[in-house]
Amino acid sequence: MKFDKKSLEDFARGAAFLGTGGGGDPYIGRLLAQQAIAEYGAPEIIDADSLDDDALILPIAMLGAPTVLAEKAACGDDIDLALKRLSEELGRKPDALIPIEIGGINSTLPIMAAARAGLPLVNADGMGRAFPEIQMVSFNVYGCSATPLAVVDEHMNSVIVRASSAQKAESLVRAIAVSMGMSVMISCYPLSGKQVKAYAVKNTLSLATGIGQAIADGRKTGSPIEALLGFLKTTEYYRHCKVLFDGKITDLRRETTRGFSIGHCIMTELNGSGREMSVEFQNENLVARIDGTVCAIVPDLICIVDRETAEPLPTEALKYGQRVKVIGASVPPIMRTPEALNVFGPQAFGINEPFTPIEEFK
Amino acid sequence: MRIGVDVGGTNTDAVLMDGRKILASEKQPTTENVSDGIVAAIKALFTTSGVAPTLIKNVMIGTTHFTNAFVERKGLLEVGVIRIALPATKGVAPMIDWPEDIAQSIGHHCYMIEGGYQCDGSLNAPLDEKALLQAVKEIGKKGLKTVAVTGLFSSVNASMEERAKDIILNELPDISVTLSSTIGRIGLLERENASIMNASLAHMSARVVKSFSDALKRLNITAPFYISQNDGTLMSAEYVEKYPVLTFASGPTNSMRGAAYLSGLKDAIVADIGGTTTDIGMLSNGFPRESTVPVDIGGVRTNFRMPDILAIGLGGGSIIKTGDALTIGPKSVGYKLLQDSLVFGGQTLTTSDIAVAAGYADFGDKSLVKHLPAKTIADAVAEIHALITEGVDRMKLSAEPVPLVLVGGGSILVNQKIPGTSNVITPEHASVANAVGASIAQIGGEIDQVYSYDEVGRETALKTAKDLAVQAAISAGAVPDSIIVTDMEEVPLAYVPGGAVRVRVKVAGDLAMEDNS
Repeated sequence: MKFDKKSLEDFARGAAFLGTGGGGDPYIGRLLAQQAIAEYGAPEIIDADSLDDDALILPIAMLGAPTVLAEKAACGDDIDLALKRLSEELGRKPDALIPIEIGGINSTLPIMAAARAGLPLVNADGMGRAFPEIQMVSFNVYGCSATPLAVVDEHMNSVIVRASSAQKAESLVRAIAVSMGMSVMISCYPLSGKQVKAYAVKNTLSLATGIGQAIADGRKTGSPIEALLGFLKTTEYYRHCKVLFDGKITDLRRETTRGFSIGHCIMTELNGSGREMSVEFQNENLVARIDGTVCAIVPDLICIVDRETAEPLPTEALKYGQRVKVIGASVPPIMRTPEALNVFGPQAFGINEPFTPIEEFK
Repeated sequence: MRIGVDVGGTNTDAVLMDGRKILASEKQPTTENVSDGIVAAIKALFTTSGVAPTLIKNVMIGTTHFTNAFVERKGLLEVGVIRIALPATKGVAPMIDWPEDIAQSIGHHCYMIEGGYQCDGSLNAPLDEKALLQAVKEIGKKGLKTVAVTGLFSSVNASMEERAKDIILNELPDISVTLSSTIGRIGLLERENASIMNASLAHMSARVVKSFSDALKRLNITAPFYISQNDGTLMSAEYVEKYPVLTFASGPTNSMRGAAYLSGLKDAIVADIGGTTTDIGMLSNGFPRESTVPVDIGGVRTNFRMPDILAIGLGGGSIIKTGDALTIGPKSVGYKLLQDSLVFGGQTLTTSDIAVAAGYADFGDKSLVKHLPAKTIADAVAEIHALITEGVDRMKLSAEPVPLVLVGGGSILVNQKIPGTSNVITPEHASVANAVGASIAQIGGEIDQVYSYDEVGRETALKTAKDLAVQAAISAGAVPDSIIVTDMEEVPLAYVPGGAVRVRVKVAGDLAMEDNS
């Protein structure tokens, strides 16, 4: 598989869906990738299973405020430097790169990074969705260290972080990001081929592209939502999927605490039943309830889309009166194990509900 | 007394206003050179009202001229594009996402230079004046007439863009300079796009403004004239020459503001029903609600202040297909309504024919729609109202029923209650609502900045932002006592500690009426 202009658009749209409201608008990420491909050629996309056990794989991502990234974009040299500094720290060059998350901006940045570095990009990521914090990654769940980790800005300032835990790394990097202007590039979780094969969520670049493609094709026939669900049902990870709600946004509350966008969105069912859905979010959508009863919960996917076009809507784009459909989908089994739920299950977000797989709700 | 003019694609409308009273209104076909149509429309106003040109104190004009020029790629200049943001932003070149044909007409004269600010307005990189001067010299050699300058976070701090302008004009005194900080918001690519669009219209704007002022001279009107922009406020002629891009989308804004004025309502849904489409928008506090998503103009993404308008394919010329299920639009006979529709002796069943057959309106020849089955008429009437109902519901701000105001030539299509609305109003002069909207436009001011609530506190931040917006409106010519806040928005920046919040405040006030007698 190779990315070109058209498949990038599909990919970015699919990544926005898997971003479940958070992760930042992938628009600018798409353009960054587009330009890097035009300049350096499209990176080779390789299967996780083709990796040698002792290969070195580096994730690359952006961390900070998506609003700032939308102004600053990335310069390219910063991404190169993050990889260079981490390689120096590790004493060897990476054999391939991998996205840390497949939702939002961080799905497209690694394409740019791989194109520039002339490295292959692994068709996999660390969650099969998007999460707000560094420790919320399958690699951390299964014991891979988040550090050493490189943080850089566009002035070529860099910091190498070594921390006792992924959680500690997260809080250190946040503080560094603020002093670097609220938008930084990071390379973290240096992984062996063996670790990637064991703990990555596989095939997610193809899946995101397929999701975006299904929506685009569905628009041509006038039923993008059906097309989207039709595609999800053919996938191994997301096949337990359904429209949870068809409604109109009647209330929105967003506030910033601890550096996250936290709030809820209330929708009223369009058929006049009077039923209400509420979706709570911390950057990403976390839990959906109908009349107070949970019907989908993190780490499963809860995505709010435009009910006509199936365009995935980031939290910051929601507004009163929008007609939306809320789609729920399962995450890969590797993201639902007890160890995984300890790191990014409902309790990790302060939600006092047990995790129930979406297919077990009536 | 003042005159409001709306230069549309098909008609040029003019209204004569005395304070809050409409003394006369006129419609004339829009002409190739614009000014002839304006002269004809205003002349007719003077004839019907008997008012002398010397009594006119202000003229306000709304026009879609610039939007159309850009969309049709007509008469655009090649632009020197200067971005002051390195080392940031290097990964996305200017115009990367533009359709190829329009990028061609603008040319690829892009220069990226070191400089710019952080999101709190502090320095990110100092301006590389040497590199800038070199770029300017090249632009001069190429013989370009216009440049667009975009600096990193210039919507938070514009000093560097202003310094760049001095350097450019010092080298090329006759070049036209567009600074992005005067045009757009946070979001560099969209702001840059808008600045480039603006720069490409530099010559045309001078021509059109001259055409307007010539028209007024020919009419012996010595009053100053203003042009309305997309947020319902006014710009001086001189300002439009510099910022033609700010008139994009002023059409729907004027019709909504006009509807608010004619109906006396501040909070309502407005449907402007034209020949092909209906523009539905939401008035809150007398101003159109703005769009929150980036707006594409002619295939180019921008972040203009645009009204949040839902366009649906229903108008007075919409074609009706009868069959298993009756469908309306989106195809329309458009300006051929007077030849193609049944009541005018044509062969095509249109919504206007239904309005006549149902007895809502009386034009053309009624006998030509007598043969229509009662079921067809009833189904079409139901479908027309269903389309409007659906559009209204999508645009509503809250579940509460609100009044619906109908304007535009196609408003005769609606004659029944619309669910979700408290009542349906078609005010007098509804067909010239655009020109009325232009005549009552105000002077606005806006601020868009990031504050740290943890450091300054929410109240101080909001007050600072409000004061800055008020200052902006006063320096643009608003009467201080009349200024009110029309819109305030707080967007928390996710993923960043420190309570960083993006605050947008808009204010508007009455134009200080100059006495020119």
